[in-house]
Amino acid sequence: MSGLDLIRSAISNTFRSKTRTTLTVLAIFIGAFTLALTSGVGTGINRYIDTTVSSIGANDVMTVTKTVEDTASGPAKYEPDTTNVESATGRPGSTVEAITAAELDDIRAVPGVESVDPVLTARPNYVEYDGGTQYQAAIGGFVSGMSLDLAAGSEPSSDSDTLEVALPVSYVEPLGFSSDSDAVGKTVTFGVTDQTGASSTIEATVTGVAEAGLLGSSSLTANDALTTALYDAQSVGLSSSSKDSYASVSLRFDPASSDEQVSAIKSDLKELGYDATTVEDQIGSFKTIIDAIVLVLNGFAVIALIAAGFGIVNTLLMSVQERTREIGLMKAMGMGAGRVFGLFSLEAVFIGFLGSAIGALGAILAGTALNGVLANGLLSALPGLTLIAFDPTSIAVIILVVMGIAFLAGTIPALRAARQDPIESLRYE
Amino acid sequence: MPVPVLAARDVKKSYGRGAARFDALKGVSLDIEEGESISIVGKSGSGKSTLMHLLALLDKPSTGAVELSGRDAGALGGRILNRTRNQTFGFVFQQFFLTPNTSVLDNVTLPLRIAGVGGSERRRRGMEALERLELADKAKNKATDLSGGQKQRVVIARALVNEPRVIFADEPTGNLDTATGAVVEEILFDLNRRTGITLIVVTHDEDLAAKTDRSVFIRDGLVVDRNGASA
Ligand SMILES: Nc1ncnc2c1ncn2[C@@H]1O[C@H](COP(=O)(O)OP(=O)(O)OP(=O)(O)O)[C@@H](O)[C@H]1O
Ligand SMILES: [Mg+2]
Repeated sequence: MSGLDLIRSAISNTFRSKTRTTLTVLAIFIGAFTLALTSGVGTGINRYIDTTVSSIGANDVMTVTKTVEDTASGPAKYEPDTTNVESATGRPGSTVEAITAAELDDIRAVPGVESVDPVLTARPNYVEYDGGTQYQAAIGGFVSGMSLDLAAGSEPSSDSDTLEVALPVSYVEPLGFSSDSDAVGKTVTFGVTDQTGASSTIEATVTGVAEAGLLGSSSLTANDALTTALYDAQSVGLSSSSKDSYASVSLRFDPASSDEQVSAIKSDLKELGYDATTVEDQIGSFKTIIDAIVLVLNGFAVIALIAAGFGIVNTLLMSVQERTREIGLMKAMGMGAGRVFGLFSLEAVFIGFLGSAIGALGAILAGTALNGVLANGLLSALPGLTLIAFDPTSIAVIILVVMGIAFLAGTIPALRAARQDPIESLRYE
Repeated sequence: MPVPVLAARDVKKSYGRGAARFDALKGVSLDIEEGESISIVGKSGSGKSTLMHLLALLDKPSTGAVELSGRDAGALGGRILNRTRNQTFGFVFQQFFLTPNTSVLDNVTLPLRIAGVGGSERRRRGMEALERLELADKAKNKATDLSGGQKQRVVIARALVNEPRVIFADEPTGNLDTATGAVVEEILFDLNRRTGITLIVVTHDEDLAAKTDRSVFIRDGLVVDRNGASA
């Protein structure tokens, strides 16, 4: 029998006992549906994290802070020659030991480090447009290589000398713009109070409007030029040593660096007394948790599939039993044992294919419907998030895995069929 | 003297072991010449079907040998045995063994499908065989929907479709009434006379046996003469 005929016969045999095939396919459907859905959730969340990560920062950047001394053994001693600055990330009012301008050079000297820039914390009092209502504004810096999930316009240019800012969508209407695209190109004004108590204003061009992400959903994104301008304005009256003390600095390394090279940089910094974290470090643990949850869910789906595999064994054993004479006849007429085996295992594989393809399709439909419901309900606060996302490779992998399980299940009945003695089977009445 | 197309050389066949052992054939020798029609006659349980299965290379003798065109079939590999059964032999078994819920044409072309013949060629040859048996109009019917006589003709069409050199027919008229049986017999003998197909008929019906060139009588696993005495 030619391969094509074998496949064709296997497929048509599948439909001979419709009820039985339907039930078996249903069992596989349930497993494949669950598997496709759970891995879809994994894909969706991880994809969301990835886009969020690229909006938090570039992947060739580390944030460096001074190592906090272990406070479990009592408070750290005061060192007269150090400066403390307000922590950018800690509790409000908490301070960290600052990194001074001189120490920047130490960090620059670490092999593998390409550039070091202090992370300037700009704290404008308000932002306003065209003399309208003034709103509080938190500023996030924009590093080249970072990407924003833009609703309109473009990202602020990190090389440009012009003062540029991207607004979050939530600011568009309150500031008085009619739409996202209306805001692009307009000039907004920041109000700053310096250390002496004097107020000044700084104007910046809106280059784009960014969707709210998982993190920093309400902060404005400024380019270096704007951040520096704001920082300089708010630092008037500060001694130059405290002006040049930074809570953290950002460090760039070669984006092509291997994981080992990155950890070498980290351990070099550790020796100097600095903690360095990449964006991946910050987000990595989050991803690990998601992956673990998805893995457990997938585990349940696989158990369902294995149960369905026994269904296949049962279905095909019955089918072999029913077709004893047919098998005997085919063998008598010169069909080899290998071909008989192929016929039945292909039938199993086809049942697996049917169940998994329908299951995957069902999961895609259900997932899409669910996404629609969630986007308007539970998850409306996270506009960028598609909870259940399907990527073609993982769907293909699921279908192939199920077909593999079906094949394994099919080997038992297929072997029985292949070993059948033609005379015995023809004697059977 | 021409080499016999099939020959049995002191063939013995026993089933089971120990106390349950049963000797179905106790030493049978037989030559079948190309183009002849031969009947294997005997009472029920005498070992006719067993002998036919051995000659058709469906089973191996316990001792002794079956020769195919002078060559010991026991020495042939599985692949060659399969090919021989597929292309050299045609089978009409004691029962119809038609695949239910499958069309008459599909049933008839089964040997061609096993041989790996392509779809259109298969159809052409299947229809040709059905036409020879005047069943062309039933090609698309389900095999199970036919009458007994029609079924047996389908079975014969299936045995013929690969143009075999030898046809084995085990009780070809056993399931049929006298009139239909006669028609089926006529078809088989006509084939033998006109195309020179070797015909091996297994039967307990002496009238059918009388129509073949030669009869071999089997009793309790041994070849005997017409009167039942050991030959
Ligand atoms: N697989 C088997 N195991 C045990 N005994 C068997 C087996 N096959 C056949 N026999 C026995 O061998 C003997 C011959 O059987 P066979 O089928 O050849 O008879 P037969 O001459 O074809 O009879 P019938 O005319 O009824 O078909 C019988 O007694 C049968 O019971
Ligand atoms: Mg018999």
